[in-house]
Amino acid sequence: MSEHQPENLPAEVPGGDALTPGPTEVVDRRQGMFGVRGTGDTSGFGGLRRDVEFPGASPKPYGGWYDAVAERLENLIGDDAIEKVVVDRGEITFHVKRERLVEFCRHLRDDEALRFEFCSGVSGVHYPNDTDRELHAVYHLLSITHNRRIRVEVSCPDADPHIPSVVSVYPANDWHERETWDFFGIIFDGHPALTRIQMPDDWPGHPQRKDYPLGGIDVEYKGATIPPPDTRRSYN
Amino acid sequence: MGVEEKLPAGVLLSTVEGLAGYMRKASLWPATFGLACCAIEMMTTGAPRYDAARFGMEVFRASPRQADLMIVAGRVSQKMAPVLRQIYDQMANPKWVLAMGVCASSGGMFNNYAIVQGVDHVVPVDMYLPGCPPRPEMLLDAFLKLHEDIKAGKLGKNRRELEAEQERAALEAAPTIEMKGLLR
Repeated sequence: MSEHQPENLPAEVPGGDALTPGPTEVVDRRQGMFGVRGTGDTSGFGGLRRDVEFPGASPKPYGGWYDAVAERLENLIGDDAIEKVVVDRGEITFHVKRERLVEFCRHLRDDEALRFEFCSGVSGVHYPNDTDRELHAVYHLLSITHNRRIRVEVSCPDADPHIPSVVSVYPANDWHERETWDFFGIIFDGHPALTRIQMPDDWPGHPQRKDYPLGGIDVEYKGATIPPPDTRRSYN
Repeated sequence: MGVEEKLPAGVLLSTVEGLAGYMRKASLWPATFGLACCAIEMMTTGAPRYDAARFGMEVFRASPRQADLMIVAGRVSQKMAPVLRQIYDQMANPKWVLAMGVCASSGGMFNNYAIVQGVDHVVPVDMYLPGCPPRPEMLLDAFLKLHEDIKAGKLGKNRRELEAEQERAALEAAPTIEMKGLLR
């Protein structure tokens, strides 16, 4: 890397459209819109069918520096920690077994060839029909040294919503993990103080889950009430 | 508050009322209570273009004890509600509340588990200002209407009588659901 490189040079992004994407995995099949079921649907959207697809594992080579990073990680932590590597839309995602996450992150941060110093937080995702992988935690990492970005994804079943905390590696993830616990109910083992951060302390449930009701009250008008949105268009 | 609350009803009280109202309306100190996008319009109202200084209201106090008007600018979440109530309780009398925007007035578009359906569930509101968000001109209009209210404000015995009358009227008023007419 040249010393006189301009500071705002775009990061090198390999992969992308040039690579043939792997087969997709369908985790859910959605139907219609607005929660409308059966007869009585006048919205015209009842015939919609949509598959919730994940891009499948990508075959090697991933292209550019992705191969170097993936190979380095495999050498450091072994093949079995990484469930699959996905290169989709020019972005690389490592799906990691949750037991090995902390170790994985420690290598990502400390290894000279990787140096992902910055973790911009953890996001939760809820896929209610992705059996035994209902809850996902997604970490976005940036290497300031190499100007590289990767994504790390971990999943856990709804019945056992435990993921090890990476606060020991990335201390700034403290509040992010609290937020993900608050909204998705993922328990981050080893977190120093896993309490609610956004919702009130005594709040029941985890509101960003797909099955959490929207709530709301009936709105009164002269001589009529309008129910809240999530119950309004339901005919069943 | 002071001796004005103990004056007997009559010419003296009405004179003091007029004078106090005139003074109070001209020196209203808003508390900064921006909660969402309405706060941007509220800040704009205080800035030179719309210039709330024309009505003596440009100094927004961040301390509730130095403020006497709370402009609730934005949606109030369930978690924010006790905080809002505490700020209100910390403000010294006389104090007024302006619910700015539909979210503060009625919950607005957020009819869900997280948002209080109107800040009047938590504090008494003197002026409702609709809009999403209201333009600074609308906020200024709300200021002026509130000034009129403050100017006509009652003290002492007159205030207690007015409050009793308002409460009686509110208790006798028909609920919206029992009203007839256009659906609104």
